[in-house]
Amino acid sequence: MANAFVRWFDERAPGMAPMYRKHMTEYYAPKNFNLWYYFGSLAILVLVNQIVTGIFLTMNYDPSAAGAFDSVQYIMRDVEWGWLIRYMHTTGASLFFVVVFLHMFRGIMYGSFKKPRELVWVLGMLIFLVLMAEAFMGYVLPWGNMSFWGAKVIVSLFGTIPVIGGHLVEWIMGDFLPADSTLNRFFALHVIALPLVLLLLVVLHLAALHEVGSNNPDGVDVKHGPKGNRWDALKPADGIPFHPYYTLKDLVGVGVFLIVAAFIIFFAPTFGGWFLEHDNSIAANNLLTPAQIKPVWYFTAFYAIVRMVPSFAGTAVWGVIAMFGSIAVLFALPWIDVGPVKSIRYRGTGYKVGLTVFVIAFLSLMLIGTDLTDVLFPKLFGADIDLTTWDNVFGRIMTLAYFGFFVFLWLYTHLGWEKTKPVPERVTTHD
Amino acid sequence: MTKRLISTLLLSLGLLLGSASAWAEGPELPAAGNNLRDQASLQRGAHLFFNYCVGCHSLKYMRYSRIAQDLNLSEKDVMQNLNFTGAKFDDPVISHMPAELATKAFGKDPPDLSLEVSAKGADWVYAYLNSFYLDPKSPIGWNNTILPNAAMPFPLWELQGEQTAVMGKDGHAVEKLELSHPGTMTPAQYQQATRDLVNFLDYVSEPAALQRRHYGVWVILFLALFTFLAYLLKKEYWKDVH
Repeated sequence: MANAFVRWFDERAPGMAPMYRKHMTEYYAPKNFNLWYYFGSLAILVLVNQIVTGIFLTMNYDPSAAGAFDSVQYIMRDVEWGWLIRYMHTTGASLFFVVVFLHMFRGIMYGSFKKPRELVWVLGMLIFLVLMAEAFMGYVLPWGNMSFWGAKVIVSLFGTIPVIGGHLVEWIMGDFLPADSTLNRFFALHVIALPLVLLLLVVLHLAALHEVGSNNPDGVDVKHGPKGNRWDALKPADGIPFHPYYTLKDLVGVGVFLIVAAFIIFFAPTFGGWFLEHDNSIAANNLLTPAQIKPVWYFTAFYAIVRMVPSFAGTAVWGVIAMFGSIAVLFALPWIDVGPVKSIRYRGTGYKVGLTVFVIAFLSLMLIGTDLTDVLFPKLFGADIDLTTWDNVFGRIMTLAYFGFFVFLWLYTHLGWEKTKPVPERVTTHD
Repeated sequence: MTKRLISTLLLSLGLLLGSASAWAEGPELPAAGNNLRDQASLQRGAHLFFNYCVGCHSLKYMRYSRIAQDLNLSEKDVMQNLNFTGAKFDDPVISHMPAELATKAFGKDPPDLSLEVSAKGADWVYAYLNSFYLDPKSPIGWNNTILPNAAMPFPLWELQGEQTAVMGKDGHAVEKLELSHPGTMTPAQYQQATRDLVNFLDYVSEPAALQRRHYGVWVILFLALFTFLAYLLKKEYWKDVH
């Protein structure tokens, strides 16, 4: 019976089984993946979670300025299991960025963006860009006071563009302030347009990856190594079938990740005000400005860059250019870092120092963006310091360090300053 | 490498959790010390709310029936002892104070308190309820050190008594509050009463909090077992990878 069905199916869709083999049982991944390689599959898990919980939220959410805030409380109180679905969605949003940041850092550290994987990287960066838009619009939907003011501030960034800025802001919001029309269109984009784009990009990201094969912590291309493994005499000796080996390994990662996620969802859903902000428990109110307007934690590093770049020549557009530049420069990474050695394990000391400075700069910009420096600096350097000056000096140094990393990397690899270690012929470790 | 990575990740998570939580800046407040698992405290808090607060403040997202269910009270208890407005059992808690009258009397419409603890924090509400003092310069006769020039006259004065401000040397800032006229409760009793009230409002701001902690334990136990089995399966499959 089962066999008859398989035969029936095979005759009508002969391409399905080979496709399954190509991407699962006969996709040979290097056997030396370490902890850093869990975050790609976890990102897919979170994406699925966001879509499924999102569908259920949509059933009870009211995308109007008059009803949005009330409908979120309706979901939290009157909808069966509504609180769980909402917390899965809000926790998922923050964890999406945790996972994606770590996934991107892995790509930088092990040179996964280098030839022949430039396309994989660029598609991944497009995913990141769409994800940021998706997260921003989702954040506006509960129509709390921070949703409102966050939307106002972020959309106003486009207002710094000379000549057309003012009109552009009105066009985006459909009003002079974030209003009913803004909420309607953000809802449409958040639940239909951007998820479709996101799914398409994820498929392309994976397809592009499976064409060239996965990188690994040694940065050695297993496809160019010796051939012949237990399953196939022509396939890489250091490769193992993605299924069942990595599907099972990733399943362990999924388990650990879900334990962390469940802990947050059930015991600390607001995460001390970091995942769900206190000011968003107040309904949107254009007469009540929150004490501090700042984006959710995952945008803070980029937002800090806007704040740190001073305006000159009569316009504040430079900060906005710098913020978009901080993401654009990542797109160009495969052409900035042209060092022949992929993995940090065999790269020059200059690279290791540079990457450390980059990480410190990114985290420091996050501290500034979250206003935590306003708490930290007085504790470290005394209560009577001039906070604005300290913030600006510290923030500008860190902004320069962020961009400086890429300038350094360009010089370091294009001018041949890097002294690399010998790269092994085959992958060295696995667990 | 992996060990170092795990310790780095754990350390940064710890730092994140341990660092200042994201409340708007302000003076450090004493902990409210309320406990959602203390049902008696929640019941006492509900009584205080419905005797002293609901005259002006609504809980528009909270139904009487839900309070009964979560606080283990019967319909009769709630309808006789908590519901003084003639609302139906399934209705939300809406104050009978007309907005116009409130605005005339206090200068503003008393805010709905459904999400007060989510927005301000339990510690803030607790400190606020303990920081009223007599202020002849204020139009309502009362003032508050946590929320200066608060529009609310102190409704719990019978219980706490009257506090007066001891001014600092410069004569402007309030240095501390002194109980100049005792109320029907001792200071310790009053603190417990306000802790109960804050506890009730904490519950009201997120009724699901009572359930999620309960389910959370089982979910995490299940996931731990699942992860352990997945690990054994992975190990079994991977033993021939060299």
